[in-house]
Amino acid sequence: MEKGRYGIHGGQYIPETLMDEIKKLEEAYEFYKNDKEFNDELNTLLKEYAGRPSLLYYAEKMTKDLGGAKIYFKREDLNHTGSHKINNVLGQALLAKKMGKTRIIAETGAGQHGVATATAAALLGLECEIFMGKEDTIRQALNVYRMELLGAKVNAVESGTQTLKDAVNECMGEWTKRVDDTLYVLGSVMGPHPFPMIVRDFQSVISKEARQQILEKEGKLPDVVMACVGGGSNSMGMFYEFIKDESVKLIGCEAAGLGVDTDKTAATVNTGSIGIFHGMKSYFCQDEYGQIAPVYSISAGLDYPGVGPEHAYLHDIGRASYVPVTDDEAVNAFEYIAKTEGIIAAIESSHAVAHLMKIAPTMSKDQIIICCLSGRGDKDVAAIARYRGVDLHE
Amino acid sequence: MSKISKAFENKKVFVGFLTAGDPSLDKTEEFIIEMAEAGAGIIEIGIPFSDPIAESTIIQEANVRALSAPRGCTTDMVFDMVERVSKKVDVPLVFVTYLNPVFKYGYDNFCKKCQETGISGIVIPDMPYEEAKEITDIASSYDVDIISTVASTSMDRVKMIAKEAKGYVMILSSAKAFREDELPEDITDVLDNIHSVTDVPVVMGSGIKNPDQVLKYGPLAEGIIVKSAIVKLIAKYGEEAGPYIRKYIKNMAIL
Repeated sequence: MEKGRYGIHGGQYIPETLMDEIKKLEEAYEFYKNDKEFNDELNTLLKEYAGRPSLLYYAEKMTKDLGGAKIYFKREDLNHTGSHKINNVLGQALLAKKMGKTRIIAETGAGQHGVATATAAALLGLECEIFMGKEDTIRQALNVYRMELLGAKVNAVESGTQTLKDAVNECMGEWTKRVDDTLYVLGSVMGPHPFPMIVRDFQSVISKEARQQILEKEGKLPDVVMACVGGGSNSMGMFYEFIKDESVKLIGCEAAGLGVDTDKTAATVNTGSIGIFHGMKSYFCQDEYGQIAPVYSISAGLDYPGVGPEHAYLHDIGRASYVPVTDDEAVNAFEYIAKTEGIIAAIESSHAVAHLMKIAPTMSKDQIIICCLSGRGDKDVAAIARYRGVDLHE
Repeated sequence: MSKISKAFENKKVFVGFLTAGDPSLDKTEEFIIEMAEAGAGIIEIGIPFSDPIAESTIIQEANVRALSAPRGCTTDMVFDMVERVSKKVDVPLVFVTYLNPVFKYGYDNFCKKCQETGISGIVIPDMPYEEAKEITDIASSYDVDIISTVASTSMDRVKMIAKEAKGYVMILSSAKAFREDELPEDITDVLDNIHSVTDVPVVMGSGIKNPDQVLKYGPLAEGIIVKSAIVKLIAKYGEEAGPYIRKYIKNMAIL
């Protein structure tokens, strides 16, 4: 396959003003990914600071209650900063430092990637600015304050739909204006090459660990590996090492919002079509003229009109399947896993849990599912209360 | 000789820009005529896009106005407007569009329609040299030039791009210049590098907004382009912007 391409997807569709910098990033990454010192430093940070390896937890009560396949959760919610985002951010922030950059910028939807980036910046002594849709700063006010506590400047983006897509627009624009001292720390397996590859590589630690852990615990590979998909970073990290294991079924759970038959949805693979946006060829929610559609999901982290190019490719070749999960199903799953396992999972991750609840009972008791819990749900508690009509005063 | 090449024959060219459909397509048609009559040698027409990531806030807002106009502004509606106006003005008309609307329309369909309606070139801000092969041959087969843009960040890239340029080469501001709203300091280096590998005319992009700058930088290249300053007039005067655009361009097209 051509460099930076996943089948027909991927590529580098960006303004000329960024091309020189993106080539420099590509060169720097190609060098450092094989550099022992870089990898030692990163592995130390992942272990001593982020708390890796994350647990592979056997959810015995859910397994019994659902009465089918054996359920394991890959607990990325237990990482420092509360989600898988830290895996990628530590890698990219370290790369920024090696490249001589003094400032990192990032987009964020739910705020998880923003918090992780602000954290890495604080630790590594980098200046940090976060771009977040204004709508999301309201939905996730707590995370905004967390980022500010960590020393980052948070910019509320007021253009367009004021969500994740617009935060990416703004962040790319900001990078164009200031490439000399700044690296854009992209939060998902999307954007122009080399970002989808860099983020996937840094996130693949999830499946590297999970594969080894399940072989130790069960002595065999799982039957299903699943995760939620927005841009697709936790799912790509969760899938990657299992792609070569053809017996393992890979399932990505997209945010269907109010349903795939409504226009209030963010289920890109299920409802979108091929397009070119945010630096990549992939699937996008768009109209017949190629205008990017406003998308909707209760989850700010999955509320994105595109999907990473490698997912688009896995879909095209039939290696992974992508299923829609509605707001309602995700909220039910959020409550179910809290009551059953004592885990408050992120509303993003709850989309995967919801689909797991559908398929586990249809599978046999000697089959195994690994589901990625990409983040913890403290940030979502207020929104879920609102969804249920409970008036909270914090 | 192409219509664009002819526009540069023995003269410097003032390139004007506006966003189609801002505030309405009828007005866009009127403004294009005003611009041509006032001395614009080439007119770039932006096809409004939901997410114009590479534009200034001023032009982003024009995109929003166009797309949220009561009758909307689809690619087909823009083609219809171009078909009407190209019969009334003689200057080359060039599209500025993000790649997705072109991709979605179909490269072949889009370029064919450009030729039929009277579009001479296309500027695609999110399509760099490396990806341009997707569309350049198709565009050539319909006599439509894909306009190249260079930035002053790497002279190797400048030369690589200029070598294969068609129509004209547009110089974008460097990151630093963009921030300070000025032309790059190394502008003469960029120009020398382009001129060393191609005869295709060079147009200096963003940063120029007043006649003093035209006199200072204009002689260095074959043309200058003004985008935001014109769009600002449309933002301010809306449907009544015609005479203001005419007056502004008369003051600027002075080379």
